[in-house]
Amino acid sequence: MNPASTDPASTDPGAPVIELDGLRREFVVRSGRGLRRSRRVVAAVDGITATVRAGESVGYIGANGAGKSTTIKMLTGILVPTSGRVRTCGFEPVPQRTQLARRIGVVFGQRSQLWWDLPLRDSFDILAAIHRIPADRARPRIDQLVEGLELGALLATPVRQLSLGERMRGEVAAALVHRPALLVLDEPTIGLDMISKERLRQFLVAERAEQGTTLLLTTHDMSDIERLCDRVLVVDHGRIAYDGSLEGLGERVAMERVLVVDLAEPRPPLELSSARHERSELDGARQRFAFAPDRTTAAQVLAEIAGQAEIRDLRITEPAIEDIVRTLYTGR
Amino acid sequence: MTVRRYLLLMSAEFRRQSTYRLALVAGIFTNTVFGFLRISALFAAVRGGGGSIGGYDLAQAASYVWLGQAFMAPVYMFLWQDVAVRVRSGEIVSDLARPIDLQASYWARDLGRAGLQFLTRGVPILALGGLLVGLSLPTSPWSYPLGLLSLLLGISISFVCRFGMNLIAFWTVDARGFLILYGFVMNVLSGFYLPVAIFPDWLQVVAHASPFPAMFQSPIDVVSGRVVDLAALRTVGIQLAWLTGLLVLTRVVFVRGRRRLEVQGG
Repeated sequence: MNPASTDPASTDPGAPVIELDGLRREFVVRSGRGLRRSRRVVAAVDGITATVRAGESVGYIGANGAGKSTTIKMLTGILVPTSGRVRTCGFEPVPQRTQLARRIGVVFGQRSQLWWDLPLRDSFDILAAIHRIPADRARPRIDQLVEGLELGALLATPVRQLSLGERMRGEVAAALVHRPALLVLDEPTIGLDMISKERLRQFLVAERAEQGTTLLLTTHDMSDIERLCDRVLVVDHGRIAYDGSLEGLGERVAMERVLVVDLAEPRPPLELSSARHERSELDGARQRFAFAPDRTTAAQVLAEIAGQAEIRDLRITEPAIEDIVRTLYTGR
Repeated sequence: MTVRRYLLLMSAEFRRQSTYRLALVAGIFTNTVFGFLRISALFAAVRGGGGSIGGYDLAQAASYVWLGQAFMAPVYMFLWQDVAVRVRSGEIVSDLARPIDLQASYWARDLGRAGLQFLTRGVPILALGGLLVGLSLPTSPWSYPLGLLSLLLGISISFVCRFGMNLIAFWTVDARGFLILYGFVMNVLSGFYLPVAIFPDWLQVVAHASPFPAMFQSPIDVVSGRVVDLAALRTVGIQLAWLTGLLVLTRVVFVRGRRRLEVQGG
């Protein structure tokens, strides 16, 4: 065993921060009523083995219900595994929950850790105290986070009056007050507008560069992964379906963009050399074309379509995580 | 350092509660109106009993009612399901992600809540009741500090019981039914509707076998001077014993419940 993994304080680059070994969690699902009542055991996480090392930035992706949040709850000590082993920052998460909580910061995108009725500033002060950080050491850190996340104008505002994007920046600051070695973000950009998302990503890049924080992130937004992560774990039906770089994932699955064009009049499916016709809608007045951005550009595809038909409107969509996971099995 | 974080949690809850000013005013009004209703009912009973019932004369009956109306919000005689609701919604994960004991942090918050409600709902009602109907105040100066301690213990016993009942949510998704049933039993046996001393004998035995009189009747008895000197110390001692026992019990339940917890939602 690597001695570094037994030292809870260790954050040497390359030391394991998260170790999952055959991790499994079952839930009992009850359905029906009365005599027809049935009881079924479902494994939300079904034998996950993976190691995340200090300084890594890992995107943890999968469809809804794939087991992402359940894994996160187990590695943060909130949920007890049914079987298998988990160590986070060298701790056993459930029995050593409070020691572990000092070393990690967690943002659950759909929950809040802020004091709803009090000014935002108060939440930071209380959290610093909960983490036993003396006020003279907490102040410069809070100032730094307030500046980095542009929260200065919001400090006196009660949290319940903040917009979603403002609150989410507050949540991230709250999770970082104690300079955690590991930051876990569960859907941090869900529901945010483009500008809020981008601000948050820029901050996280800068924060990681400065503090060397290990990052584990779940998201439905591939741009989060592209901007923030150097490794991707794809989970599907509770198992790891892919573990490697984003580029490597792109080689295995169709990371295709889809160009949707509305034509001036209905047409039979157009044949293009730069893109593949996916399907037609509205009797052919709307057609969808999939193209690989590493082999061609949207402009090329567009030019080719324009050569054959008159375009009225267009839209480009990002690949959905669900589609990526599906093509992992079927190939391109 | 360790105490500071609990003090901060306490003061945060104190301030949080103070943001609901309209609710506080409505609470004072309701408590006062109900105080008058309860006083007229109890006065009728005392007069019907020939001027005394269960050792309560008119002045003592008035004290019992006004102290009760003043203590009901701080001790919290209502449905409390903060933890159960957070387990049900999944918000509990935010609490569990902090390096602090869940029960201790909720206790600190509950004391902050009780502090604000004592000052804003308790004191005005005592003043109003004292002015409009009259209160019998204790003659021994010891009754005041001991009364305050007894009230603090009553609030804490109430909290530990409420927290313990909320732990049912770790086993079942819907703990509300249990909490409502608990509230009814607690309200009756604590001496909240009627003083425990005027219960039929068998019900007094049942009541004293439960922690409920220690959360409500005891502080009223100590503050009103119904029990004094050694008897008052004994009352506070019984409260301390209940608190200790309940802390141990809820601790065991909590540790077992943690293993059962199924956090809802993504």
